[in-house]
Amino acid sequence: MAKFDIWDIHCHLNGVAGRTPEERLDKLLEYAKRVGLARLCVFMGMEWAYDPAPEKMRQDNEEVLRAIRRAPGRAFGFVYLNPRHTQASLDELNRCVRDGPMIGVKLWVAQHCNARALDPLIERATELKAIVYQHTWLKVTGNLPGESTPMDLAELAARHPKAALVCGHSGGDWELGLRAIRPHQNLFAELGGGDPTAGFTEMAVRELGAERVLYGSDAGGRSFASQLAKVLGADIPDPAKRLVLGGNLRRLLRPILKEKGINL
Amino acid sequence: MSARIVSRTVNRRAFLGTAVAASLLAASREPVLTAAPEAGASESLIDVNVSLSRWPARRLPHDETPELVDKLRRAGVTQAWAGSLEAVLHKDLAAVNQRLTEECHRHGRGLLRPFGSINPRWPDWEEELRRCAEEYLMPGVRLHPSYHGYRLDDPAFARLLRLAADRRLIVQLVFAMEDERMMHPLLRVPAVEPAPLASLMKATPSLRLVLLNALRTLRGEALRTLLAAGEVFVEIAMLEGVGGVEALLAQVPSSRVLFGSHAPLFYFESALLKLQESPLSAEQRGALRQANARRLSAAA
Ligand SMILES: [Zn+2]
Repeated sequence: MAKFDIWDIHCHLNGVAGRTPEERLDKLLEYAKRVGLARLCVFMGMEWAYDPAPEKMRQDNEEVLRAIRRAPGRAFGFVYLNPRHTQASLDELNRCVRDGPMIGVKLWVAQHCNARALDPLIERATELKAIVYQHTWLKVTGNLPGESTPMDLAELAARHPKAALVCGHSGGDWELGLRAIRPHQNLFAELGGGDPTAGFTEMAVRELGAERVLYGSDAGGRSFASQLAKVLGADIPDPAKRLVLGGNLRRLLRPILKEKGINL
Repeated sequence: MSARIVSRTVNRRAFLGTAVAASLLAASREPVLTAAPEAGASESLIDVNVSLSRWPARRLPHDETPELVDKLRRAGVTQAWAGSLEAVLHKDLAAVNQRLTEECHRHGRGLLRPFGSINPRWPDWEEELRRCAEEYLMPGVRLHPSYHGYRLDDPAFARLLRLAADRRLIVQLVFAMEDERMMHPLLRVPAVEPAPLASLMKATPSLRLVLLNALRTLRGEALRTLLAAGEVFVEIAMLEGVGGVEALLAQVPSSRVLFGSHAPLFYFESALLKLQESPLSAEQRGALRQANARRLSAAA
């Protein structure tokens, strides 16, 4: 594994031992190191909220800011936004990304992502060169009321061709999710947060090309192990693994990291 | 018909050899391992959760037995307990179990050990259990209550556990094959409800029960109670959470935890990397990698 420079686009402070954001980040980094992970992106607070009020949103982001201050350059933050609170979200985006160290946006299940309410957030994130991670799932058991599908995200991607959008979990039901996002070159498939079902990564690389596939774990709810296995165990060539495990994320983040004085 | 007789004869001889060798190995190594695990011994790896043949909804990278065997051997697996994916939907389980035995023998000699499938709701299952034990010399059976349509409070299930225990067969109970959120819409099955298991274990004290893919749903107090009710083991294929193995071992005795990959449905590397992600003592590592499974199968 030492031959790969592995970056994880998807970690949380939830589901990790520790009383404070700092303690939890330390714990994450400790396990990450054991499996050869170099850097982590972290988003959302210690307690989760599906539809956070502006105050809760700020609190979550504050916790992430505290955590990443612990390990500058090793842990990066994405700002958690709620499209149902447009102005508060724009204010958070400015506070945490324009004026702060964060480099991406996390959108979860407050609202379906094809809604017009996302447009100002995506536009502003793109101006700031931040990448946008949108959770998606396609559940045969039924989605949450505001939970986006990969098809919703494909609509959003078509409206914002200049934005870099990450399809979280590749839709969970990845055999369908990958096909839903395939036509949109600005959409990236993230592998994390689901079972390590064999064939996932091979199909993602086959349909989207290795350049559009990103490793992420969804730790602490998931183990780094099960999620890394999707790439390390996949029947794809090493150069493709290198892209999926970190090369692509570094390429996507390079402009905003450069703006923040971090040269890769 | 004649092919069947021939293959059974061949298999009986082959598995007799394997079984004897395995139990001798276990007998000679056991005291060493409980005293002080040695580096060499902890190198071997027993995977109690692999499957052969095809998953009905997907082709998998290693769903041809020779490829799976190759994958397992290269990963350092020295023994793998194999069920058949055909068992979830096929009704002719006799043919499934026969093919499983032949595949294990033909492609995985010394590595694959067959675990046949029994549906206690279907006619003549006692005869199928007899074949698994007497003709195929299987170390155990693998049950799929959710795909076979029964609950664990079904009296037929209790009877199957008793007969299996009488024959000294290990019983593997599969809690899930995949995340219920991504099942094929026409292949949705209910989760196994484990509540009746603790009293069944107490009623069948000689039974050795291995729960497969259980740690997704079975946790905390319910898990501890069940492990305390008898010779119950779990494996780590569906164990999740960062540092998951370390967290599990803080809750349950390491003597009850086995290495399981759920390959080829899951990437094999997942289970292996879990052992690396969690800091484990040499004793814990040895217990999970092989000592517990070896002790369990030695009693078969
Ligand atoms: Zn997540």
